[in-house]
Amino acid sequence: MQTFLYIIIGVVGGLLGGMGMGGGTLLIPFLTMFTGTEQHLAQAVNLIAFIPMSAFALFIHIKNKLVDFKYLLFISVPAVVAGVLASYLTKSVGGEELKKYFGVFLIVLGIYQLVTIAVNFIKKRRNLKKSLAKGRVETLIETSEENDLRKFHE
Amino acid sequence: MEKITKKIIAAAGGLFIGFINGFFGSGGGMLCVPLLEKALKEETKRAHATAILVILPISIASAVMYLLGGYWDTGVVLTASLGVVLGGIGGALLLKILPSEIVGLIFALMMVGVGIKLVAF
Repeated sequence: MQTFLYIIIGVVGGLLGGMGMGGGTLLIPFLTMFTGTEQHLAQAVNLIAFIPMSAFALFIHIKNKLVDFKYLLFISVPAVVAGVLASYLTKSVGGEELKKYFGVFLIVLGIYQLVTIAVNFIKKRRNLKKSLAKGRVETLIETSEENDLRKFHE
Repeated sequence: MEKITKKIIAAAGGLFIGFINGFFGSGGGMLCVPLLEKALKEETKRAHATAILVILPISIASAVMYLLGGYWDTGVVLTASLGVVLGGIGGALLLKILPSEIVGLIFALMMVGVGIKLVAF
C-alpha cells in the first residue's frame, strides 16, 4: 500500500515537473504529509528522482539547440558551491523546523507564481484589445518588443 | 561593461539558486527561469531549456551531500523515482493539450495552500 502511494505521489510530482512547473516543490510536501516521510529524506528523494528526467529532457533540448552554454560557468559554479554548503547546513536543522521553513518557501513561490500569471493575463488582454481595434485577432503576441514594434507601425 | 554586469548578476543569481536548491531540495528551476529570462534576457523557451542545464549539476551535488548525510531509503527513492519518470512523460504530453494558464493557477494555489498547512499545523 505504501509502495503504491509513493508511486502515485511520484507520478503527480512528475506530471507537474514534465509540464515545467517545478514538480518537486509539491512532491516533497506530499511525501511528508501523506506518507510520513521525514523532511530531509523527502528532499533527498526529490533531488534524486528528478535527475534521470532532467538528464533526458536536457538531452532532447540540446539536440533541438535550445540550450545556451554560455551561462554554465558563471551560474553553475557558484550555484554548486552554494548548493553543497546549503545541503550541509540542513543537517544541523531539525526535520520539523525544516518543514516549517519549507512551508514559508512554498507560500512565497506560490504568490510569485500567482503574480506572474496575473501580469501575463493582463498583458494578453491588452494585446487582444489592440488587435481587435485593428480588426485583427492575434492573441498569441506576448512580448513587449512586438508591442513596441506595433506601436511604431501605428 | 554591460557584459561584466551580466556576469555579476549571473554569479549572484547562481549563489542564491544553489543555496535554495540545496537547502530545500527543490525550487532551483523555478528561480533559474526568471533569472535567465528577466535578468539575462534569454528567450522563454531557451530559458526553460538552459535552466535544466544549470540545475542538473546542483541537484547532483546536493543529492550526494544528502546521501553522505545519511538520508537514503531505497524503497522510497526507487518507487517515487519510477512515479516521477512516468508522470514526467505524461506531463510533457499533457502540456500540449491542457491550458497552461489554468494548470499554472491551480498549481500556484496548491503551493500556497500546502505551504500554509505546513507552517500552521
